[in-house]
Amino acid sequence: MDDKKYFDVADIDVAVVGAGHAGCEAALACARLGLETVIFTVSVDSIALMPCNPNIGGSSKGHLVRELDALGGEMGKNIDKTFIQSKMLGTSKGPAVHSLRAQADKREYSSAMRKVLESQEHLTIKQAEVCSLLWEDVNNDTCVNSDTVSRKIVTGVVTGTGATYHAKAVVLCTGVYLNARCLTGESITYTGPNGLMAATHLSDSLREMGIELRRFKTGTPARMDGKSIDFSKMVEQPGDERIVPFSFSTDPDSIQKEQVSCWLTYTNEETHQVIRENIHRSPIYAGIIEGVGPRYCPSIEDKVVKFPDRERHQVFLEPEGLYTDEMYVDGMSSSLPEEVQLRMYRTVPGLEHCRIVRNAYAIEYDCISARQLYPSLEFKAVKGLFAGGQFNGSSGYEEAAAQGFVAGVNAAMEILGKDPLILTRDESYIGVLIDDLVTKDNKEPYRMMTSRAEYRLLLRQDNADLRLRKYGYRIGLVSREILDATEEMDRQIHEEMDRLRSISLGANAKVQDLLEQLGTTSLKTAATLADLLCRPELHYDDLAVFDPDRPTLSNRVKEQVEIEIKYEGYIARQKKQVEQFRKMENRKIPADLDFDEVPSLRIEARSKLKEYHPISIGQASRISGVTPADVSVLLIYLERRS
Amino acid sequence: MKGLFEDTIAAIATAMSTGGISIIRISGPDSISIADRILVTKSGKHFVGGMASHTVHYGFVTDQDGEIIDEVLTSIFFAPKSYTGETVVEISCHGGIVVSRRILERVLTCGARLAEPGEFSKRAFLNGRIDLSQAEAVMDLITSESDAAAKASVHQLTGLLSRRIGEIREKILYETAHLEAAMDDPEHYDLTGYADAFLPLLNGLLSDIKQMMDSYSAGKLLREGISTVILGQPNTGKSSLLNLLLGQERAIVSDISGTTRDTLEETLSLGDVTLHLIDTAGLRDADDPVEQIGVKRALSAAAEAQLILYVIDSSLPLSDEDVKRISEYPNAFRVVILNKNDLQEAFVYEDAKKIFSDIPVISFSSKTGDGLLQLQELIRDSFYQGAIRDDGNLVITRARHMEALSDAYHSLELVKDAVLAGMPEDLYTVDLMNAYRSLGLIIGEEIEDDLADKIFSEFCMGK
Repeated sequence: MDDKKYFDVADIDVAVVGAGHAGCEAALACARLGLETVIFTVSVDSIALMPCNPNIGGSSKGHLVRELDALGGEMGKNIDKTFIQSKMLGTSKGPAVHSLRAQADKREYSSAMRKVLESQEHLTIKQAEVCSLLWEDVNNDTCVNSDTVSRKIVTGVVTGTGATYHAKAVVLCTGVYLNARCLTGESITYTGPNGLMAATHLSDSLREMGIELRRFKTGTPARMDGKSIDFSKMVEQPGDERIVPFSFSTDPDSIQKEQVSCWLTYTNEETHQVIRENIHRSPIYAGIIEGVGPRYCPSIEDKVVKFPDRERHQVFLEPEGLYTDEMYVDGMSSSLPEEVQLRMYRTVPGLEHCRIVRNAYAIEYDCISARQLYPSLEFKAVKGLFAGGQFNGSSGYEEAAAQGFVAGVNAAMEILGKDPLILTRDESYIGVLIDDLVTKDNKEPYRMMTSRAEYRLLLRQDNADLRLRKYGYRIGLVSREILDATEEMDRQIHEEMDRLRSISLGANAKVQDLLEQLGTTSLKTAATLADLLCRPELHYDDLAVFDPDRPTLSNRVKEQVEIEIKYEGYIARQKKQVEQFRKMENRKIPADLDFDEVPSLRIEARSKLKEYHPISIGQASRISGVTPADVSVLLIYLERRS
Repeated sequence: MKGLFEDTIAAIATAMSTGGISIIRISGPDSISIADRILVTKSGKHFVGGMASHTVHYGFVTDQDGEIIDEVLTSIFFAPKSYTGETVVEISCHGGIVVSRRILERVLTCGARLAEPGEFSKRAFLNGRIDLSQAEAVMDLITSESDAAAKASVHQLTGLLSRRIGEIREKILYETAHLEAAMDDPEHYDLTGYADAFLPLLNGLLSDIKQMMDSYSAGKLLREGISTVILGQPNTGKSSLLNLLLGQERAIVSDISGTTRDTLEETLSLGDVTLHLIDTAGLRDADDPVEQIGVKRALSAAAEAQLILYVIDSSLPLSDEDVKRISEYPNAFRVVILNKNDLQEAFVYEDAKKIFSDIPVISFSSKTGDGLLQLQELIRDSFYQGAIRDDGNLVITRARHMEALSDAYHSLELVKDAVLAGMPEDLYTVDLMNAYRSLGLIIGEEIEDDLADKIFSEFCMGK
């Protein structure tokens, strides 16, 4: 390129590339830590855009949002401002599976986040496509492993117009925009989501730096004109009567409001017939799409193929916002041709006369295997270059936001000379998310799921602040005041648990009578209030009749006390599992360890270990292709070395 | 100097498969006082207390009633100049499982704890008596173990245990996966009625594990001997084989077919291994009603046997009947004995090996005793390698395995409690995964957290 085109604009601390859910969190974290930050977006109108589903949270994703909030992220606060329906899911199951989900007003969500960005000190919004990165080679004499490419250091970004920003760190949050193309049957457009401009230059620059790119795909269903839908044929899905906020900082009383409903209907044999007859016209099945799609967020075509015996699949009609009649058809994402889509949707009860406002489409984009990253989300090969969000091979707004936050925080920590924020699997879903991304060979967009968190009983959405506020405080995004309040709540919880364990009830006539009134069995011998709370049918408030002198406690404290006592045995055993896990995590593998020097390793294990260079024995044990015997060999070697 | 460990451990330090002399090793602060309690001189005096380090003493081990268990030599090593670096007493007794076990039990009832596999070496390591360069060897050991695990079928013990444990783990994993799928995709994975269907499966798993645990506590094979049946066509020399093994004329031996009409039962020791022998009537369709009863008994005894010695007269052509009969007892460990190799053989050993492929064949003569030593070794080796087993059930011999099984059992019981208490299904997985992990420790599919424990559990018990 012609050097004359370039011109210096500014020396900044952090450049964030992309202003989606990851980029917003990354930029806010850096700016709030006092670092001069510029956030780049191809369109300022698409800040915090929700190009797919109109909701935040849901199973396990709700956990991510709450954790993010506890750490000082913005997503929870933003959805609390802009939701139009809220629901706690999984309440028929154990507390680990409860998960909050809120329908957003998409436009409000986007503009509320934009306002937060605009009013944030040290943060500049810039509409421009970042086309290349600036970097230098560094002679890194601490790097022993011969397989590691000599490390580079990132020094800035250059936009399409040649504007050069020198930066100490760059956070890549390019989402699904890199070399994006959208497919509706045979029709292909080279755009990002929703017809927005794709970013077509940065991929080459990344490859030049030695970063390996891969191709993933995802999809979205059609949006219907709400006026064309017959809701009388569907089942109404109202919000909860008592709304629980996402953010621990939001006063629940302040957000109780009128809600809109979602609607449930089902596909049927006729729908499946239309799909089967036209499956060859789906770009995936026709082989046009080379990217790999998410197994856990499948298109309706995938579902029909994967569950051939299913007579029907759920379809939810969800409002896109209060500003529009558009309805999102959750459960029926598709890349079939428009003409087939229309026929397909019209087989669904209530959609017989539907008019499609926006077609369903699949989108294909460049992303990376996050194995190129440290758990801090910094590139192993490029100092100062961080990455978060769908660019790392994940799917979903919440997964993106969580990673964007961690990437942004760690860019800041590096500049500030502080320890990185590395959350572990035993303390957060975010830890599970990032560990899975950087350790495992993910062959499809990674979606957070409850089942991925081994220690989910401890990682509940209800205790995210108790788990993580301390880290938020440590990195400087949570105030001392908030941390103190959290610690005070923790103290109250334990005090009350001890109190319930110490109050014993005799098996006398009065007690038995009250127990009968509560619909539970009588006592055989004396029992403590804690013993009674262990009974599934009894709740904290029920015990008030036995406990006239109980202290006045907040709902949150009462909830924690009840969960901690009711599931005490399970929680204790899960904590033991965590102890085991931590022993492995705490056995660190030195960064300069040369795996070629370790005797007796199998060839496959050696090459995998060299490729990933895990930071701990625990991480090594999760790499596929590394067996327990290999890990034992490594353990013994490390013991000897020390 | 105060040692690292406050408890005293003991184990049989010699391999169980060698006869002759066994050594019971006691290590820890109480070794001397324990040894002093159980050892007496010929005149019944306790003597160990006053003895110097690195001395050897003649004496007798007594049981709690003062009865003599065995005549022994006792070696005393004071800390730190001993194998483990702790005070060690070693009691050398006359070999044999029964005697050495009784002495060990006596030591344990006097306050020692049974040493875990490799625990003496672990203490030696932690007390600085062996250095980590010796871990090189261990590292290779572990690696070779994992290779062996990959070729599990080669090693029958590893193979069978891994398979059983693997099957149970797979079931646990399947259920866990189902529960988790239902958590993440409730639309497609419904848990309605799941608890009712899950309970019988859980009971099945519990009973499978219980069975394995019982094999440990009962030590059935060690106590009762390996039930052994000698089978073969009439007059092939079964009774002669029995007599040869017993070293005395016990069964009536004659050249007349059908001489042995009843089953004869005998117990004999092959070094440490006890055989519970059932000689049987010749296998043929006899007309004589008395003989028919004998044949029936023989067959029912064979169906239960753990070891079948199948005798074939090699001076006669091989009959299809023999081949068929042998194949009827796949659960027992079988040996084909080609008897009468002192006569003109009608077919050769090599042919028999081909025909019986995976069944060991021994060329034998009950007249000259040729092949007897080979047979005895084969039986003993097979027993120690676990190839001879109890009704196709595994025998758990390692304390480490037993502990893991018992942990897994406990975890599954907790799952059952949760099911019966009507707990939400997602809570089952906590204990299901604990059971899965405990079982995985047995077959090396899970990493043990303590490095030293891991290394030294690879050593044999007591080494």
